[in-house]
Amino acid sequence: MTRVLVLGATSAIAQQVARLYAARGAALFLVARNEERLAAVADDLRVRGASVDTAIADLDDPARHEDLLARAAPLEVVFLAHGVLGDARETERIAEAAEAVLRTNLLGPVSLLTRAAQRLEAQRGGCIVALSSVAGDRGRASNAVYGASKAGLAAFLSGLRNRLYRAGVRVVTVKPGLVDTPMTAHLAKNPLYSSPGRVARDVVRAVDRGRDVVYTPWWWRLVLFAVRLLPERVFKRLSL
Amino acid sequence: MQPLESWGRYPPARQAAVSVHWRSDPLPRVHGTLLPFGQGRSYGDCCLNDGGTLLETSRLDRFIEFDQGRGILRCEAGVRIADILALTVPRGWFLPVVPGTQLVSVGGAIANDIHGKNHFRAGTFGRHVRAFELLRSTGERAACSPVENAELFAATIAGLGLTGLVTWAELQLRPVQGPFIDSETVPFRSLDEFFVLDADSSQRFEYTVAWIDLRARGLRGLYFRGDHSARPGKVPRPREPGPFPFDLPGFAVSGPTVAAFNALYYARGRLRSGRKQVRHAPFFFPFDGVGRWNRVYGKRGLLQFQCVVQDRGAVRAMLDRAGSSGVVSSLGVLKTFGEVPSPGMLSFPRPGATLALDFPNEGDETFVLLEALEAIVREAGGALYPAKDARMSPATFAAGYPRLADFERHVDPAFSSSFWRRVRAA
Repeated sequence: MTRVLVLGATSAIAQQVARLYAARGAALFLVARNEERLAAVADDLRVRGASVDTAIADLDDPARHEDLLARAAPLEVVFLAHGVLGDARETERIAEAAEAVLRTNLLGPVSLLTRAAQRLEAQRGGCIVALSSVAGDRGRASNAVYGASKAGLAAFLSGLRNRLYRAGVRVVTVKPGLVDTPMTAHLAKNPLYSSPGRVARDVVRAVDRGRDVVYTPWWWRLVLFAVRLLPERVFKRLSL
Repeated sequence: MQPLESWGRYPPARQAAVSVHWRSDPLPRVHGTLLPFGQGRSYGDCCLNDGGTLLETSRLDRFIEFDQGRGILRCEAGVRIADILALTVPRGWFLPVVPGTQLVSVGGAIANDIHGKNHFRAGTFGRHVRAFELLRSTGERAACSPVENAELFAATIAGLGLTGLVTWAELQLRPVQGPFIDSETVPFRSLDEFFVLDADSSQRFEYTVAWIDLRARGLRGLYFRGDHSARPGKVPRPREPGPFPFDLPGFAVSGPTVAAFNALYYARGRLRSGRKQVRHAPFFFPFDGVGRWNRVYGKRGLLQFQCVVQDRGAVRAMLDRAGSSGVVSSLGVLKTFGEVPSPGMLSFPRPGATLALDFPNEGDETFVLLEALEAIVREAGGALYPAKDARMSPATFAAGYPRLADFERHVDPAFSSSFWRRVRAA
């Protein structure tokens, strides 16, 4: 039976990923901040066939991390799904707002995954899968801080993958494009948006097949390849 | 993401949309009125709120509890019939009432008090709803059941989403042996033949429905009847084709194409007539195989007319009128409703024959025909089905729904719909 620790279990993508594992009868350990919402997600997954444990925690608080991982042990698949988009206007003007985004999207994940990595390394097996973003592939005016946090996470995951390779621990970096979730609820939707269910299928397939870096949907890899090719002196003039 | 439209794609409406992500969330504060929107499978304007806001419920898609011993399922209102069957059929439970598509939400099934091919036995969907929670614009969360807040319960079932937002519902399922149906197809060649077949079949089969082909030379059709199969089967799961990829031009559904399709469908039905074991999905949901099939009608969309009348003469009159009109009827379905009382104040099903006809939207020509059919129904003391309607007059609505005044007292003042404003216009 697969054991999956889901960090940020009430996120739209995490819920869909957890449903796919629930259909396989997995044992899920769900962590989220909001008690009512976490209970709603846990009940749903139980009906769908999972055995479920939960913990309420603010993952921005590193003091909780060790305890959470100890409770979820033994670890097998660690899925890190929490994150915030941040208000770009606010993060442009208020340094504390920018810091808060980095704390949630980068510092918290680094703390959690550092601890998780030690445990998995000692077990000599398991898989870490984390949500970065296509926004981390190139900094843009409209979300410089969010992009920086996801770029930092992607770099960290890449290093972790390199380090843990010999221990038989796999690390999967997932880079979703635009996804129709509460995080983007305030933005106007266009045909580039995908559903959380689509992203979830790609996440689980990447774990099953032991992929390193996946873009979801896959065509974002081509888009970002083109975006990265643009020279900075051209890119800086664009408003993307 | 598509802008929200109803299944018939008529009438056009412009409205804001807000997704409800958690059943514990309060209603959003908006200017203007609210209307819950599930899967957008209502044909006309009862799922639209022109100038207002739609509360999208597709993310309220969580199960809450499933009592496998007693077949009682509690789930959020945005869960689809398809999701429920995928969960419960392998565990030996089926919904007692399913509509012609499984791509509708539980909230929509309640709001329209939908019926199936077994109305004469099981009644409407609402009869199998044990309880639900209704979130009102006051912030109140009313627990409703046949015994608790019974009036609000009866107003909300078939209440067209106007009494508030249903956040979750508890449903009573029925046991089945497996995913198979023992079905039988019988061709027929006249309305009289239909009624003879129907009287006999409703005694012996749980599910019955007829597909009809209106032709100048008279009516013909295929009568489908079936029961849940107690035998193990080995019919493979059909492949799932994708959705219809694009809008066809408006002339795609015209006299010759419909005649050709119907001739093929009838011939295929005759060829395959007799008994066989099939999976439940193609039996109950024949059109779900092609997602978004409404695109066949192009951007102008289609209008469906569904009525119930007791008088068989009225059925004949409508078929004659539709058959002799210049507007082609692209799809016809004929069933009978039984005596089982409907629980909702505005429930559509009542004893009689129910006729449903699809028409491409040809503008005035289609509207004139719909008015003529509506007049026949009103004359016969029947009713039209709001879930399918985009055109009926306030007078016809009032005549068909005698408990309208009772219902009106329960409408949430912050909720409204395009349909409601149309049929309540002074």
